[in-house]
Amino acid sequence: MSRTLAEKVWEAHVVRHGTGAEPDLLYIDLHLLHEVTSPQAFDGLRQAGRPLRRPDLTIATEDHNVPTVDIELPIADPVSRTQVETLRKNCADFGVRLHPMGDAEQGIVHVVGPQLGLTQPGMTVVCGDSHTSTHGAFGALAFGIGTSEVEHVMATQTLPLKPFKTMAITVDGTLRPGVTAKDVILAVIARIGTGGGQGYVLEYRGSAIEALSMEARMTVCNMSIEAGARAGMIAPDQTTFDYLRGRPHAPSGADWDTAVEYWKSLRTDEGAEFDAEVHLDADDLTPFVTWGTNPGQGLPLSASVPDPEAIVDENERVAAEKALSYMGLTAGTPLRDIHVDTVFLGSCTNGRIEDLRAAADVLRGHRVAEGVRMLVVPGSMRVRAQAEAEGLHEVFLAAGAEWRQAGCSMCLGMNPDQLKPGERSASTSNRNFEGRQGKGGRTHLVSPLVAAATAVRGTLSSPADLV
Amino acid sequence: MEAFTTHTGVGVPLRRSNVDTDQIIPAVYLKRVTRSGFEDGLFAAWRGDEQFVLNREPFRAGSVLVAGPDFGTGSSREHAVWALMDYGFRVVISSRFADIFRGNSGKQGLVAAQCEQSDVELLWKLLENEPGTEVTVDLTRNTVVAKDFTAPFTIDEYTRWRLLEGLDDIALTLRHADDIATFERNRPGWLPNTEPVPVS
Repeated sequence: MSRTLAEKVWEAHVVRHGTGAEPDLLYIDLHLLHEVTSPQAFDGLRQAGRPLRRPDLTIATEDHNVPTVDIELPIADPVSRTQVETLRKNCADFGVRLHPMGDAEQGIVHVVGPQLGLTQPGMTVVCGDSHTSTHGAFGALAFGIGTSEVEHVMATQTLPLKPFKTMAITVDGTLRPGVTAKDVILAVIARIGTGGGQGYVLEYRGSAIEALSMEARMTVCNMSIEAGARAGMIAPDQTTFDYLRGRPHAPSGADWDTAVEYWKSLRTDEGAEFDAEVHLDADDLTPFVTWGTNPGQGLPLSASVPDPEAIVDENERVAAEKALSYMGLTAGTPLRDIHVDTVFLGSCTNGRIEDLRAAADVLRGHRVAEGVRMLVVPGSMRVRAQAEAEGLHEVFLAAGAEWRQAGCSMCLGMNPDQLKPGERSASTSNRNFEGRQGKGGRTHLVSPLVAAATAVRGTLSSPADLV
Repeated sequence: MEAFTTHTGVGVPLRRSNVDTDQIIPAVYLKRVTRSGFEDGLFAAWRGDEQFVLNREPFRAGSVLVAGPDFGTGSSREHAVWALMDYGFRVVISSRFADIFRGNSGKQGLVAAQCEQSDVELLWKLLENEPGTEVTVDLTRNTVVAKDFTAPFTIDEYTRWRLLEGLDDIALTLRHADDIATFERNRPGWLPNTEPVPVS
């Protein structure tokens, strides 16, 4: 029988099929931990007297809460410090490898896993973080879970789950220069809506997806959750294998050949049926930005702030009115006329080396506009080291941007990197929710190219506007 | 987990769609390492507004939240469920829930009852016209009742069974420990190992 990629990976991990209303029991190959969603789960294990079943399939890093300056000093906020120290104690007590602040491999959990070669095609990967969908770029089935499920995986290395439905997102054609993976996924979310993917695994396919680098594929899969989907996947191919070869945890020698042979079978079969299908033409896409307070409220940069009156659906209209009021925007204003105070380049969506290179190329020879601050926060210490080896940090510093240590930073404003009330950002992160980047802060989601051009002009811009 | 069969409490109309988990509890409230006391972060940004529904009597003591579609989108933070429960909510009614939020609710004993949007609208009108109206959510019959309003709701059958029985998921799974061990013996040897550290 013909099967989709998601169905193949699912079937390969079923420990036990459920009967009737009972879910399947699915084996988990890799469990990623961080300081925010794990402490209560470790406590649950202790209280029940249960061991951590597979420390060898578990790894932790400090990312959500950590400062991105003065990391050699104790964390100033005592509550944040306690949370980080709790993770360190838990990892020591249960034997989990941890990459703490200052470690050469520390960074955002979804940047660290792939760069270590821990994320591989056909695996099941979970983490108490919704952006775990990132790892689907390798053809893994990867999804975010809550703290109860984190404890469940710790205790059993499995999860009881009902199979997800499947949706094909086919993007054919060629992306124009200046149009990136971020623009693709923002356009997908604007098309299907923030609830459009509920209950589905999205499989991104088509010539425009195949042409993307691994890092760009991670950007696409990362934001699957923003369309409501549990996971996003891309079939592994030569690009995937080339990325993985030689990484610290990738198979080697004869194991490599065995693994690649298996990985090549991880494609949706000819004739397999998806529960839903969506098509986009890559040639039609242009730089995309959000104007509202959910990631589905986006438009091409060349458009204007929409008029809620023109929206037929009542819930959508009310949502748009509330969004414009929160964002301090007036219908009809060209998006290019919107001034920002802050530009944030980083996050598990766009904090990898290619993102930094792309932004540096735009910034080279320019200055960040008067009155605008730009934060550049590498996704991991390894990304940071690579950027410094290439001299990218000098480009950022010469332009007047701040060059920070690795972490989630202003993506969710859990550490001191926050917007003040009323401040407006162009941000390469993944969520423009009310208050996400700081209470009262206003967020426009953009690609790294748009972020850099916006930093230079002070208004939402693309690199083409700098010429 | 405490078993849930039926609950009656004051209904709270929340006329908003896409209530994401950053609205339910902002990230700055997620720094605690304990599992209680999250009620202070619930809808933190909105609670500064004295007109916000939870700042008004008799909604302040509500325990059945009636929200717009796509409730609980965004982050996987289970803290969103803890905040709702710590405040006193036992049920959230919406026409659409985000998947992870729905899952987290089921693990904690918060009932995520999915109703038709037209029924949500009727319930909103009733709760706004007659503030303090009590809503009864009966998990044995899958019904929402308030005065002469009655509507069915849906919930995943397995979650419903677990809630009715008050069963712990981990204990249920550990009944199949042999199956897990068998599966593990057959995993390919080349799969990655995180190189754990010796327990200190």
